[in-house]
Amino acid sequence: MHAAIIVFPGSNCDRDLAVAFERAGAKVSMVWHKDTALPADVDIIGVPGGFSFGDYLRCGAIAANSPICRSVVQHAEKGGYVLGICNGFQVLTETGLLPGVLLRNANLKYICKPVDLKVETADSPFTAGYEAGQVVTVPIAHHDGNYFADSETLKRLHGEARVAFTYCDNPNGSQDDIAGVLSQNRRVMGMMPHPERMSEPLQGGTDGAAMFESLVGQLTEA
Amino acid sequence: MKARVHVMLKNGVLDPQGEAVRHALGQLGFEGVEGVRQGKVIELDLAETDADKARETVTEMCEKLLANTVIESYAVEIA
Repeated sequence: MHAAIIVFPGSNCDRDLAVAFERAGAKVSMVWHKDTALPADVDIIGVPGGFSFGDYLRCGAIAANSPICRSVVQHAEKGGYVLGICNGFQVLTETGLLPGVLLRNANLKYICKPVDLKVETADSPFTAGYEAGQVVTVPIAHHDGNYFADSETLKRLHGEARVAFTYCDNPNGSQDDIAGVLSQNRRVMGMMPHPERMSEPLQGGTDGAAMFESLVGQLTEA
Repeated sequence: MKARVHVMLKNGVLDPQGEAVRHALGQLGFEGVEGVRQGKVIELDLAETDADKARETVTEMCEKLLANTVIESYAVEIA
């Protein structure tokens, strides 16, 4: 299984994400934002956390229009897998691959702490390593993680079981406690919490590791 | 030719920054501020000399990059 991690100026979780994928057994390539093509045999693209382009204009907006993101969108449109974490989630909403948008946290503060998440669906390659209803502890670290979508979109997300994770104790004002969402084909997922920062015991927990193990397992069989 | 774009959060989208500003104004003794919405102004210097074409191009810029129409509305001024 081959994972490509996109690196923007200001990305700062790219190496953590690479290590998490490698630890689960994936081959990883780092791809610079000015590149236009992805490695030919890539199975999944990781869009990492950080502050791409300094969060100028809106979080993720400039990154979403960078050359490599056109290839990311094409990869997804062909049925490819994409995982966006934190700033990566913001980038994926800006490209339109995922619905909604991440607003400034309701309390206006940058929040950095472990939080409890409820797995809302195990029906995706990202969450298949968990049980629906399971509670996992994963850190958040963001200023703009307040998930917003119009009521019709929210209804559709719930109806199609596309809410992947919710916060047990909503830290940022997200609508319906939403922490992560899936695309319609369940092959693109974005989430604000950082599973890659909870992937080995030295990090204080391993609740995030199941995501990468499940992805490597499922995409290697395919 | 200059263009000015006003980007505002749509009605119904919570604006916690505007709300914080409203609260601060109240603490400074400014009474009766019933709402504050914070937006941004983007000024563009354009080589284009035709106002209609400039408006069309800037509108396209807004749709593609300058505003996120999920949460923001925009208005284009050509001067």
